[in-house]
Parts: sequence; structure tokens; C-alpha cells
Amino acid sequence: MNWNEILSAAGPELFLVLAGLVGVVFGAILKEKAASVSFFGAAMVLLGAAAIAILQIDGGTAFNGLWESDRYSNLARAVAYICAAISLLLAEGYLRRERLIRFEYPVLVVFASLGMGIMLSANDLMTLYLGIETLGLSSYVLAAFHRDSARSSEAGLKYFVLGALASGLILYGASLVYGFTGSTNYDAIAQSDFSIGILFGLVLLITGLAFKVSAAPLHVWTPDVYEGAPTPVVAFFASAPKVAAMIVFATILFEAFGDATDQWQDVIVIISGASMLVGAFGALRQTNIKRLLAYSSIGNMGYALIAVAAGEQIGGPALLVYMAIYALSQIGIFGVVLAMRRRGGMVEDISELSGLSASMPWLAVCMTALIFSVAGIPPLGGFFGKLLVFQAGLEAGLLPLVIIAAIATVVSLGYYLRIIMVMWGGDKLAAFESVSGTITMTVTASALLVFPVFVVLIGWMMNVAGGSFAFG
Amino acid sequence: MGEIALLSFLVFFPAFGAILLLVVRGLTANAAGGDTTEERIAYLSGLFISGATFVVSLIALAFFDPASSESFQLVEDFRWFGGVMNADGIVEGGIRYKMGVDGMSLLLVLLTTFLTPLCFIASWGSIKHRATEYVAAFLLLETLMLGVFCALDLMLFYVFFEGGLIPMFIIIGIWGGADRVYAAFKFFLYTLLGSLFMLIAVIIMYVQAGTTDIVALQAFDFGADIQIWLWLAFFASFAVKLPMWPVHTWLPDAHVQAPTAGSVILAGVLLKMGGYGFLRFSLPMFPDASQFFQPMVFALSVIAIVYASLVAFRQTDMKKLIAYSSVAHMGFVTLGIFSFTEVGIQGAIFQMISHGVISGALFLIVGVIYDRMHTREIAFYGGLVTKMPVYAAVFMLFTMANVGLPGTSGFVGEILTMVGGFQANTWAAAGAALGVIFSAVYMLTLYRRTVFGVMNNPKLDDIKDLNFSEIVIFIPLIIATILLGVFPALVFDITEGSVADILAMGFGQIGH
Repeated sequence: MNWNEILSAAGPELFLVLAGLVGVVFGAILKEKAASVSFFGAAMVLLGAAAIAILQIDGGTAFNGLWESDRYSNLARAVAYICAAISLLLAEGYLRRERLIRFEYPVLVVFASLGMGIMLSANDLMTLYLGIETLGLSSYVLAAFHRDSARSSEAGLKYFVLGALASGLILYGASLVYGFTGSTNYDAIAQSDFSIGILFGLVLLITGLAFKVSAAPLHVWTPDVYEGAPTPVVAFFASAPKVAAMIVFATILFEAFGDATDQWQDVIVIISGASMLVGAFGALRQTNIKRLLAYSSIGNMGYALIAVAAGEQIGGPALLVYMAIYALSQIGIFGVVLAMRRRGGMVEDISELSGLSASMPWLAVCMTALIFSVAGIPPLGGFFGKLLVFQAGLEAGLLPLVIIAAIATVVSLGYYLRIIMVMWGGDKLAAFESVSGTITMTVTASALLVFPVFVVLIGWMMNVAGGSFAFG
Repeated sequence: MGEIALLSFLVFFPAFGAILLLVVRGLTANAAGGDTTEERIAYLSGLFISGATFVVSLIALAFFDPASSESFQLVEDFRWFGGVMNADGIVEGGIRYKMGVDGMSLLLVLLTTFLTPLCFIASWGSIKHRATEYVAAFLLLETLMLGVFCALDLMLFYVFFEGGLIPMFIIIGIWGGADRVYAAFKFFLYTLLGSLFMLIAVIIMYVQAGTTDIVALQAFDFGADIQIWLWLAFFASFAVKLPMWPVHTWLPDAHVQAPTAGSVILAGVLLKMGGYGFLRFSLPMFPDASQFFQPMVFALSVIAIVYASLVAFRQTDMKKLIAYSSVAHMGFVTLGIFSFTEVGIQGAIFQMISHGVISGALFLIVGVIYDRMHTREIAFYGGLVTKMPVYAAVFMLFTMANVGLPGTSGFVGEILTMVGGFQANTWAAAGAALGVIFSAVYMLTLYRRTVFGVMNNPKLDDIKDLNFSEIVIFIPLIIATILLGVFPALVFDITEGSVADILAMGFGQIGH
């Protein structure tokens, strides 16, 4: 066993495993006394893991080809870990107020992130499954973290039952692929002849992964889980696992089934179009901001899938840039949702944002930038993500899909503008109660990334994301 | 290059001022002073910033050399993103931050910087609610409008073009009339739908040509088949923006609900982006498709001129009447542009500038009595000349200018576009000429019903004539209207080069 190889390929994950286990032991000894500290500790651990991923950006192969990390997956991993870390910082204040502060929470987030890391470095269907399950099991518990709340428990149970079904589908698909190719290794699968049996396995894999990224028609769990789960947990779900799952979705299609692109492209095109339309039309009638954001995320996954459908060379860099911008702006938006606190509890109706621009102008300005960015209006960062995705789609000859995307964008503006209008035009309500500095800083940082940082650095981001293919 | 980044400074100075204003306001939110102080500070800084921008644009005019052989001047060019690295390590193509002006865009820049300070004077005293945000929104809008006219990269143009929706949406949505939310949504969604088709076309062009540099794209030869589709996609965006019949329906709503200054900018500058787009992109980049669609555009222009004039005649709301009159006047612009003749295009550019001044003035004229009486119903007024003689005189001048009386700028634009249209298609010009008559009918009726006659409405007894600041607003507009009317060569000398360039690209055989 070559430790150097393992360290350079799986350094961040080994670090997370160690830190997670140490966290469990310390938590068991110190119980709730150290709970608050453990949030910051875990956030630092995640940021450290992200730093390791960047330092060893070229990655490597380990465990006899079960594990392979490259620039592309390391960048995705860094984005996911950073999002997870910020979501932990946001969660601490909320959980303290709700008297839910327990050391298990940060440990679960660390393990969920570990699952993402494993997924991202998978070069084998078995590794992939291990990663998906590590992430999934941690996520189910997180969704039900507010265990005295019926809604939270319902969300956790719903997520668990449907997630287990999706995992089963992935496992079944993997076994079919194994049966017809004789291997679970991506490279070996890519080299074997394509057959109808592999196609069945591939479709099952796609179905399971579509559930994980909440693409239509496997999206139905998303609004319920978003609504029921505690808000900081949703902030986590909406950012880090989305990046990881989407990149993994693309990686497996590109690497294991890259030669069969014409076999799966249509499937991806259909779920992409369906997701965009479901996201756009589904959100129009929502009044709960978390449900609305759930539909918005379904729609955004649809846009990201355009890049997946475009194939590795064209779509790969666009997908990474899109997901990075998306995830980092989601964190900011959920920061604002976390700030929505009145009468001693959380409020989730869009009308509660009424007159925010008068009561809390800075928060309103940031939220406006973030919403317009997610909607894809220039000059904000989200526009450039969408631009790259559209470009990838058009280069791959997917004009009808891009036209659907354009129409979905206009329809989705119907609800994004409603949020803006409520904030700027509605009657002034009292300011939200005790908005913490962490929330303000997160929202500010996220808004500044959306504009102007991403706009100026978009060329650099594309180089970094695109350069990954030269090495990958 | 090598010089100071004059255009970038010009474009971003208002936005910088807006941010500064908001930050200062945020830091002093709890300081004593109250709303009146806030209002005064906001409008004074707005006036100062936009006035300085106007001065900078005059400096740009001074640096601009109409006789130069370079089509675009004051060019700044930096890499933004995309593109392919060649063997020497230099990135070729891609999306660039490229700014520059030719005669046509420089005039539109001047129009923008000229109207914005007037908007602040007009709003002072009438918009008191959240004045700082109001001023900041207008300054941001100014940056985005200037960016549209200065951008020499198609993607950069799109970013500014589309970004302008955000401040305008907020201006209509917050400071608009009773139905503002509906109007703001309609404005945003209509324009966005058109623009997204343009975005798809832009990306297709980028994929094909490998660059979004406007100069390079104008030289690039797109195949005849794809030109048709690209042209239609651009048309979808510019026709909505201009607006052309039948996609003009957002305009009356937006105008009626927008605050006066919003209407001025909307009619004065935002509509011109459509005409500018046709001249900058549709004609030079897709000459074959432009010729192919000439009959359709002519038909739509004539319908717009005649239909909008008739609709304008039936309006009971003054702003709506002027909004429809804008649709009719924009019909002349498209008629002139698609005549593919030097005189027609010169006329179209002139008409855009002139309409920017005249319609802006007309909206301000409506704003004056709206501020006093809070209604725009034509039937409410009558006999204003007895109480407001100065107002009646100003109103008269701009009524005549809008009708196209010789000696005013309105005449030059209409006559030249019709001459151009006549050379291309006699029937189209004949139809447009009908519109000139109709415009006299509805404008003179409006004037007669509001200004002449007997003052029957007792509520009007106390109405005051123009105050000092209102006179200050109208003086530059009057000067501009008359000056351009009697000395149109001021404009033609500057735009000559750009018109020749446009005609040289694909229309060499038609141009003079």
C-alpha cells in the first residue's frame, strides 16, 4: 500500500474521517457542553478539507483504481466543503435559539461531506454507492433533526423512504451494469461493448441519481423536505450535496458511459426540460419561501442538466462554474431565510419580507442581487452561469432544450419578481428579530460574490474549470 | 488605447455615485434632519453626479473626430472571458470588455446624459418618498443605458441591455401609479422574453464566429439560412423594446404607471435601444435577412404609424395618448432604417434623437399638471391658457414639434425617413404620410381640449403657472428642439460616418 498515493488522492476525506471520529468521541465525553464550539470546529475542519483539496488539486488514483480524484472533482469538492462549512456557521445560532444544539449535528454534516467526497472520487460503482449512502444516511437524520416537530420528522421519513428507493435503484442499475460488463470500474465499463442490458442498468442509475439531484419527474420529495426540515439543514441540502450529486451525475455519465452519449443524451434532455418547466410553473403558486426555493432549485437543476446533456468536453466546465455560482448564492439566500424571525419563531411566508428594503435595507439589497442572480438576469453572476450552460447546450446542438430554458426563465421570473416586489414595494413591517452577525456576513459575502466578484473573475473561473480537462 | 479610459469612466461614474450615495445614506440613517433634508441631499447629489456625467460626455464629444477614418473611437479593449489561446499565448476571440463610440452611439450617449439631470429636477418636490433610493435607481439606470450605447462587444451589450430592466422595474414598481405592480411585471416579462431569444442568437453567433466583438461580427459572413433565424431572434428583442406593433402593448401600461421621470427615460432613451440595435446589429450583421424582411418591417411600421395614431386619438388619459404617439413615431424610425438608404437612416437616427427630446418634454408637460391636480384625464382640464400662459406656450411648442412642424426637430426626422421610405417603397411612404396627418389630429385635439376653451372645472381655479425649476427644465429642451430643427447638420455631420459604414456592410449596391 502506497501511502503517498493514498494521501494525495484521498487526503481531504481521510482528514474528514479522522476529524469526524474524534468529534464523536469528544462529543460523547463532553456532551452538550462543547456543542457550540463543535460547530466552529467542524466548520474549520471542512474548510481545512477544502484547502487540502485545493493544495492537492491534481489528485491521483488509489485503492487499486477504486478511487480517483482529479482537478475537476477536487474543485467540486472544495466548493461543496466550503458550502457545508458556511451552513454549519449559519446553523449554530438557529439551533441554539431553538434549543436543538447538539454535537451530533456538526458530526453529521462532516460525515455527509465525507459521503460527498467519496462520491466525487468514485471511479467504481461500489465506491459511488458507498458515498451516496454515507451522504444519504447522514442527510435523513439531519432532515429529522428537530425530532419533536411533526413536520421535521415527516420530512426525514419521507426523505428516507424515497431516498432508500433511489439508492435501491442505483444498486440495481449497478448490478445490471456489472452483470453485462463484468466490472464495476468506470474505465472497464467504458471499454466494454455497449449492450441493451447495460442500457437498462444505465437508465436505473440515471433514475436514482436524478432523485438525488431532485430533477423532475423524481422531484416530488423536494418541496416537502425543504418545508419540513429545519432551515439551516435546508441551507445545507440546497448547496453542498447539490453540487456533489450533480457533478457525480455528470462524472459517471462522462467517464463510464462517455462513448454511449447518444444513448443517454435524450434521457437527460427530457429530465432537464421537465425539471425546468416543473420548477418554473410549480413555484408560481407557492407562498412559503422554502417551498418556492425548492421549486426554484428543481428548475436550476434542469438548467445544470443542459450542460450534462452537452457532454464532457463542452458541458463539463460550464457545469462546474454553474453549480459553484448556484451553490454559493443559495447559501446567501438561505441566510436571508434564516434571518426571517418574528414573534419568537421562524416565519416562512413570502409576505413577511414585505417592506424589507425600508426596515433592513442592506439585507434587501443583498437579497435582490441574489434573487436576480438565481433568476439569471445580467449583470449578476447567475447570468454568466446560465450563459455558459446555454452556450454548451447550443454547441452540442440542443437548440430546442435551450429554447425551453429561455421560456422557463421568463416564467420563473414571475415568482422571483414577486419576491423583489414584496421587499421593495410592500408595506413596511418591523425589522426581523435579532439577526446575527454571522447571517449578515454570510449574506453580504454571498451577494458580493454574485456581484461583482464572479462577474470580474468569470474568465479565471472558466480557465480553472476548463483546465481540469487537460489533466483529467 | 493608451489614453485615459474616458468611456469607462463615463459609463460607471453614475453607478459609482449611486453606490456612494446609498452607503452615505446607510451610515447616516439615524442622523437628525428628517425626510426633507434627505430629499434635498439626494436630489442635489443626483443632479451633481448626472451633471458631471453630462460634462464628461461633452468631453467625449470633443475628443470625437467625425472626419476620422476610424469608425469607432475612444476604444478600450480588455479580455473578459472565453476565447482560445494561440501559439504565442495570446487569447484570441472570446468575450471582451470592449468600449467605443461612433457618431450614432455618441449622440445617443449625449441624449442620455442630457435627459437624466432633467429627470432629477422634474422629480424634486414630486417624489418625496424614499428619495435616496429613487435617485440611486436612476443613476444605476443611467450607467446601464450608457453601457448599451458604448459597448463594442455583443455580450457586453447584452449585459447592459438586459441589466437595465432591473432599475426600471424597481422605478415603476415602487414609485409608479396605482396599478404599478401589474405594469412593472408586464414591462419586465415582455422585454425579457424578447431578449432571451436574442441571447440564444448571440450565443449561436459566438459559437460560429468564436468572438462577440461587434466589429469582427460585422465583418463575419453568416450563412443566408442562419441569418434569417438570427435576424428574427434579434428582431424579437428590438421590436419589443422599440416597440413595434403588435408587441407594443406593454408601453402604454408602463408609461401610465411610471413616475414622470421614468416615462421621460423610457420614451427618451430606452425605446431608442431598439432602433440602435437594428442599426448596430441587424443591418450590418444580417444584411441578406434584413432585405428579405424589409416588406414585413415596412408593413409593421405603417400599421404602427396609422393604428397607433388612431388609438392615440381615442385616449382619455394624456400619458397614454403620448405613449401611443411614441409608438407611431417609432414607426418612422423603423421605416427609415429599413429603407437602406443614406437619407432614410440619417433620418431615423435624427428622429430617435428628436423624439427623445420631444416625447421627454411632453411627458414632463403632463407631469407638470399631474403634480398639481393628480389626474391625467383630458376631460378634467380645459382653458388652462387663462391661468397658465407660459405653460400653454411651452405646450404649444412641443405639440407642434410632435406634429412635425417645419422649424422643429420633429419635422426633419419625419421628412427624411419618409423620403428614404419613398425611395424604397412608395406605398409605405404614402401610408406613413397618413400618419403625419393623424398626428396633427390627435395632438391638436389634445391641446385644444386641455389648454383652450372655457375653464369649467372649479378645481382648476387655483392652478399655478410654471415655477422656476420647471422653466429651467424646459429651456434646454426648447433650445434642443429648435436648434436641431433649424440646424440639423449638427447631427448629420456626426452620424455621417456611421451611416456610411452601415451601408457599406452589405448594402454597398443600394447606398449612395
